[in-house]
Amino acid sequence: MSTRERLTPEPPSWLGIPPFPEAAKAELGKAQQRKNLRHATATIRTKRAIRAAEVDNWEELRTAAAQIKDRVGRHLDHYLVQAEKAMTEAGITVHWARDGDEANRIVGEIAKAKGVDEVVKIKSMVTQETDLNEHLEEIGIAAWETDLAELIVQLGHDLPSHILVPAIHRNRSEEREIFTTEMGRYGTPAPEGLSDEPAELAAAARTHLREKFLRAKMAISGGNFIVAETGTLVIVESEGNGRMCLTLPETLVSVVGIEKILPTVEDLEVFLKLLPRSSTGERMNPYNSFWTGVTPGDGPQDLHVVLLDNGRTNVLADPEGRATLRCIRCSACLNICPVYERVGGHAYGSPYPGPIGAILGPQLRGLDEARDRALPYASTLCGACNEVCPVKIPFTDILVHLRHKVAEYKTSKHPTVEQGLMKGAGWVMSDGRHLALAQRASRTAGLLVKGRWLGPMPIPLAGRWLQARDVEAPPTETFRQWWKKNRGDK
Amino acid sequence: MKPSIPIATVKLLERLGCTVSYPEKQTCCGQIMTNTGYYKEALPTVRNYVDSFEDYDYIVGPSGSCVGSVREQHAMLAHRAGDGGLEEAATAVAGRTYELTEFLVDVLGVTDVGAYFPHRVTYHPTCHSMRITKVGDRPLQLLRAVRGIDLVELPMADQCCGFGGTFSVKNPDVSIAMASDKARHVRSTDAEYLVAGDQACLMNIGGILHRQRSGIHTIHIAEILASTEKEVSVA
Repeated sequence: MSTRERLTPEPPSWLGIPPFPEAAKAELGKAQQRKNLRHATATIRTKRAIRAAEVDNWEELRTAAAQIKDRVGRHLDHYLVQAEKAMTEAGITVHWARDGDEANRIVGEIAKAKGVDEVVKIKSMVTQETDLNEHLEEIGIAAWETDLAELIVQLGHDLPSHILVPAIHRNRSEEREIFTTEMGRYGTPAPEGLSDEPAELAAAARTHLREKFLRAKMAISGGNFIVAETGTLVIVESEGNGRMCLTLPETLVSVVGIEKILPTVEDLEVFLKLLPRSSTGERMNPYNSFWTGVTPGDGPQDLHVVLLDNGRTNVLADPEGRATLRCIRCSACLNICPVYERVGGHAYGSPYPGPIGAILGPQLRGLDEARDRALPYASTLCGACNEVCPVKIPFTDILVHLRHKVAEYKTSKHPTVEQGLMKGAGWVMSDGRHLALAQRASRTAGLLVKGRWLGPMPIPLAGRWLQARDVEAPPTETFRQWWKKNRGDK
Repeated sequence: MKPSIPIATVKLLERLGCTVSYPEKQTCCGQIMTNTGYYKEALPTVRNYVDSFEDYDYIVGPSGSCVGSVREQHAMLAHRAGDGGLEEAATAVAGRTYELTEFLVDVLGVTDVGAYFPHRVTYHPTCHSMRITKVGDRPLQLLRAVRGIDLVELPMADQCCGFGGTFSVKNPDVSIAMASDKARHVRSTDAEYLVAGDQACLMNIGGILHRQRSGIHTIHIAEILASTEKEVSVA
């Protein structure tokens, strides 16, 4: 940054976050955050389970959704061209962006052409992915988040910790603190004596944001779906802030990942049933906005859609990983994930945390960075995410596939210690005679420490295990020996 | 690691009239290599598994996780290695591979195996048994039929214990946090024994319970089912 004062609160950078194991350790130490996360994820996942159980053809809907998304992937080139044509005919200006920088530049140029120095934003994952707000800040445009949780994150000089509930790691009293100290610096201050009652906090946010909505000439959003057949842009939300952004400003720019296309309006039915139930545990989103072009006197008069690749075609090119692109960003996998529940979103080092972040991030960005190589291992492969995913992404299979790619990446230049261990294990396990040999060694150890449990001791690898756990001593007789002695004649 | 589990499995199956063989060539499902990303290093285990078990009608494993790996990963590894013959053979052998409780309930058609275990017990449905191998409530059907048992529900039973193979080594801190929560839930039941169908999870949770001097023992389901009034299989 230059020496000039910033227009918006400065956020920390994702780039400073260490790889998952280290980052997770730091997050685990935050007792209040762990409490907030446990409470919030438990509440949402219970609601999701109830709402999913209400639908008798839930499994069929999941299958349909997966199939529609896979069909889009198979014919993406066709649907994209169809969508571009339909949107253009309806009066939407379509732009194409290969990567985040290109998307940011396009949005910035539109804003400059409109002569605005501030924009209002609807919560959008894709602009988090491209770090759009920081790009706009650099060219002198203030981008204001209007989703309540995004506002808390933005004013708190913080990073989002969840796809749907970016401030999930914060509680009410922390929110009150942030509003009280920060709102006044960037607009309408919080009222005197603000309490931590949800209604009062929401009212403070509403007042603070209203002034921004009424002044804004341009809004920026993501997009949940684009219907290729009609060129319709679909944006769903819960708070109504989105509708304010979509109806008040003259210009709307929506940055949308190329995987968000659906073939027909009928396909929407499947997703509008699955998405709210999976994400917020609601039967339907309170606000559903559909824009097919521009209508004089109603809504934005100048509408731009930026279709963004940013690594998505690479994901599509991998047959084992491409099901990741089915994701509709519902965040059900985060709420069910026992790892996410303990550490929260920041440890994943990107706007996409939890199981989806662990598979999407390394595929979008590649494996050149240590933090991306650590992500596929940030899971116990417990499979809970597979079961809740409304589009049936096979998370555990993809995680294992990505681990294989990481192992290949790491061993492509020179052999590693881990590979040596795995090779050794592979040799031991390739034949019963090899295993018997290894077991004889373990039995010798077993005889030495006969029957005792082993406590903390400084052994490589095992030492970390024994920090918090004891281990039973190895057996003094192996099963093989027992079998020979007792059933040997068979 | 724990011979009492396969010994109990052998005794239980024999008591129910099965002829049990133990091909000494057999070793391991190779999951630890596969799930760490080392496909090439895991392949010999797939070959050895197929060689060891090709000639048998039923292959029974007292581990939901290992059986899940055989079913879900062996053919994939052979496929990725471009070995069509092995892929076909692995698929066939995997189709005859059963987790112990599945074999008892589905193949032998029994839920009451004549077991006796007069203790307070709580059951942890391990992730891979539940979600990969899909053993469903078969273990509970079998446990409910055990004489003398006082089976108590485990709070948050379906949450992972944090073992996850190499996860516990690569992410030790998160693993310990998860295992500690699991141990807390187990302690809240006042059970004498924690039972599960996977030794690895029991080792993880049991390690914490022992460090905490909780007095709660871990036990594999085969050991409970093998226990009778005449012969208690627990050391």
